[in-house]
Amino acid sequence: MTQALETAAHPEKLRRVVIEPLSRVEGHGKVTLLLDEHGHVEQARLHIVEFRAFEKFIQGRPYWEVPVMVQRLCGICPVSHHLAACKALDQVVGAVLTPTAEKIRRLMHYGQILQSHALHFFHLSSPDLLFGFDSDVGRRNIVGVAAAYPDVARQGVLLRKFGQEVIRHTAGKRIHGTGSVPGGVNKSLTQAERDELLKDCYQMIAWSRDAVRLVRRLFEQNLAMYRSFATFRSHTLSLVRADGALDLYHGGLRACDSAGNKIFDHADYDHYWERIAEDVKAWSYMKFPYLKELGSDEGWYRVGPLTRVTRCDFIPTPLADRERREFMAFDDGRAAASTLGFHWARMIEMLHAAEAIKDLLHDDDLLGTDLMAGGKREARGVGVIEAPRGTLIHHYRVDENDQVVRANLIVSTTHNNQAMNVAIREVARKYLDGREITEGLLNHIEVAVRAFDPCLSCATHAVGKMPLSVQLVEADGTVVDTKVRE
Amino acid sequence: MTGTVAPTLVFAVGNLSRGDDAVGPLLAERLLDAGLPGVEVLVDFQLQVEHALDLEQRERVIFVDACVDATESVVERPLHADPGFAHTSHSLAPAQVLETYRRVTGRTPPPAVLLGIRAESFELGAGLSDQAAQACAVAWPRLLALCGSPAQ
Repeated sequence: MTQALETAAHPEKLRRVVIEPLSRVEGHGKVTLLLDEHGHVEQARLHIVEFRAFEKFIQGRPYWEVPVMVQRLCGICPVSHHLAACKALDQVVGAVLTPTAEKIRRLMHYGQILQSHALHFFHLSSPDLLFGFDSDVGRRNIVGVAAAYPDVARQGVLLRKFGQEVIRHTAGKRIHGTGSVPGGVNKSLTQAERDELLKDCYQMIAWSRDAVRLVRRLFEQNLAMYRSFATFRSHTLSLVRADGALDLYHGGLRACDSAGNKIFDHADYDHYWERIAEDVKAWSYMKFPYLKELGSDEGWYRVGPLTRVTRCDFIPTPLADRERREFMAFDDGRAAASTLGFHWARMIEMLHAAEAIKDLLHDDDLLGTDLMAGGKREARGVGVIEAPRGTLIHHYRVDENDQVVRANLIVSTTHNNQAMNVAIREVARKYLDGREITEGLLNHIEVAVRAFDPCLSCATHAVGKMPLSVQLVEADGTVVDTKVRE
Repeated sequence: MTGTVAPTLVFAVGNLSRGDDAVGPLLAERLLDAGLPGVEVLVDFQLQVEHALDLEQRERVIFVDACVDATESVVERPLHADPGFAHTSHSLAPAQVLETYRRVTGRTPPPAVLLGIRAESFELGAGLSDQAAQACAVAWPRLLALCGSPAQ
């Protein structure tokens, strides 16, 4: 299955369709489809560029600068990089965090999860889901949602805003925060900050619960399509807590097969390279990670909200856990196995984040003054966190002059590289094969990619920099048609 | 929103570690150092939906951003809420922030202008190009004028 449509036998004889860059997908992504003379899809590939410069960006820097620097890698989830780097560098400084430091970091992380998931669902994906994948392109955006569903759009904005406020209070400022440092944090919450967040958090829980139910209704209204769209079987990888609970900040690695049977469980991420390797393909700049014990052909896997929610044993907050159980049981488990189930799982995680924020805000450790810890200096550190889009690995080696001499980052988009490729091939096979290509049909490809929400980490968004162009090119290289959306 | 709100808001958009994308944050730093009364400066990597809420109670808004389609080194153009955009990435264009404000609050957004600085290179870890540095120098007095302050 993984090889089907990956490489055509005679690509030189085929027409080429290029979608570049993907709309509402950060950074630079490109999809190429090769079609024969009858419009049958012979090859479908997702190309993602620009990842490996990250490591060079970090090498040579003093280690204490890294948690701030890495936030510039990604305009969407800088907090995840900030925290993953700090977790790795905690090991370098030999620190076991104080309760206040760990809880402040968790609060920051759940703020990030909440704001990112709200942005993803309400801003990026709800236009497709509420209006239809091939609905009027001029309406299929957040402004269209705001016009047709004003309450949904308003709640999306305010959920996002609340998450940003949690980050601001814990990280010190809205962006480029310095709240987390190797060995701890440099501020805790004041009583006034805690009261301000507590004032709104119950409303956020209520709206998050509404969002879970909105996704459920969308499934119920179009069950056959939701069940099958871009759906495929895969292995999974995620962090879980020692008792098997969902834990987005810390845990051991759990890998499962497509039926949920464990391949390994509670594996120590300090030696992740004993479990995960990365394959290279000539046609892609991005690597293809796989589970070592299954090999590169069979060992690819999927990370992110759908994996985390369906492969944990339970969620340690009551409302989210109830929603998880309903999700798992819905349609005899088929929703939990579907690619569009990502959205449902994402909203369950948003609800969990809102509940976790509420619980943390009632913990007096957040007001503590014991912020830093230290210990025996080490030369190497690995930090793993469940970022909004999936498992994020930071790995550093630091020399005796405190300079980073080696860095390795595996981001969630890289983990999902093969899974996203399989998803677009499923869509190409089902919706595009043998049909005249239209914008609406091409958007089906993007809907599949957006379910994963790859963050291409460009963190650049100059005015005029992100047009979407679609080119149809004949086998001889002749450009037949080009469409550009600004 | 609570407390007193500065009547003029300057949104500086960009990433200091992405070559010419840094022009907005660099001008913002200079503006913060100038300490102009009645002017609030917000810096972010990208514009997002929640930024619409920062427009509340403003008398004018100035967006400062790198611009790849600028015909001159610095362009200045009025902005209006845009209900018809068809393509977005994770971030919003300034006109879309204005439209989000209009949709979410039901009110007309404050007058807004884009100060676009021509930019070419966005490589991770790269510094400002000579061209963009010169454009920043041209943009600075225009930004001060937009903020209602004489050139310094």
